[in-house]
Amino acid sequence: MTILGISGSLRRDSHNTRALRAAADYLGDGVALEVWDGLKAIPPYDEDDDGPAAPAAVVELRSAIAGADAVLFATPEYNASIPGQLKNALDWVSRPLATNELRNKPVAVIGASTGMFGAVWSQAELRKVLKTIGARVVEDGVAVTSAPSRFDEQGKLVDEELCAQLEAVLGHLVGEARTRAEDQAVIAA
Amino acid sequence: MSTQETTTLAPAGTWRLDPVHSTVGFEIAYLAGTFKGEFREVESTLEIADDGANLSGTARVASVDVKDENLATHLQSPDFFDAERHPELRFAAERIALDGEMVSVDGEITIRGVTKPVTVSGTATPALSDPYGNERVGFALGATVDRTDFGIDWNLPLPTGGPALADEVTIVAELQFVKAD
Repeated sequence: MTILGISGSLRRDSHNTRALRAAADYLGDGVALEVWDGLKAIPPYDEDDDGPAAPAAVVELRSAIAGADAVLFATPEYNASIPGQLKNALDWVSRPLATNELRNKPVAVIGASTGMFGAVWSQAELRKVLKTIGARVVEDGVAVTSAPSRFDEQGKLVDEELCAQLEAVLGHLVGEARTRAEDQAVIAA
Repeated sequence: MSTQETTTLAPAGTWRLDPVHSTVGFEIAYLAGTFKGEFREVESTLEIADDGANLSGTARVASVDVKDENLATHLQSPDFFDAERHPELRFAAERIALDGEMVSVDGEITIRGVTKPVTVSGTATPALSDPYGNERVGFALGATVDRTDFGIDWNLPLPTGGPALADEVTIVAELQFVKAD
């Protein structure tokens, strides 16, 4: 089983990308995390550019989502909402709405910030967007507050409470993915 | 439904749905009015026996029909009916009470995989002979349920306070059955 990880931050030393990579420690046997790092290459959404000749970076993102059993997002919060680059990428993925790669796909959202709130507004906004796109959204999240103090030098999450929350979210995400895989196996049979 | 009342409504036997002249849908308060939708693919069977009548039916979630394609897609998503995981709405009742042409049906309704008891009420049109040689009986039924009891929680806050979408939704069914034998 493959979980695709998408960070909403482009910054090299991003706390959210670090949180995403830390999630790999809690996925359990038989579940792999693949972090997608093509966000910066996604052009501004333009319906004129979509269709069979969609930009290569968009095709790659759609393909990565289609090939994953679930998606884990880690988002920072810019001006009380989702980073524009992440929202823009989701706008590409969402088209056409009825057949988009996120439709019915299990997804979960976590977030990190340097402050006291852990991007909770952005996480809520992102869940709303993902639900509107048609994804199967896990309701609980993880708010990594005071992010610079939450990781060790190897990038491991060191806060026990946050570790437990992350493990719970990933458990729900993997559970949804397994249920969906079982349902599809029954349909295929 | 007592034996006498049942047989007054229509003769015993199996009655199959005339889907073209039947409608199953929903009505719900949204913003400043009532929003209505329909399920285009429905199946239903009415079994009338000397000791009572059974009514059952299904509606395919993927056939939900509203006036906007993107809204229909949204209604099928996990945010609402979750068509992938719960492709059908179901209704079943084994006891039908009649008071003249008034109908009250205690049954069970299943939405999004959650089954709850429900009372469906409305009117019945007693059996008549249609111009095509069939015996035909009709029902106009409605039932009000709380959609949040079935895990359909979507909403938006109004700027002035309160929710955009009501919790209570009325399931409406106009059903015409033709005697099968």
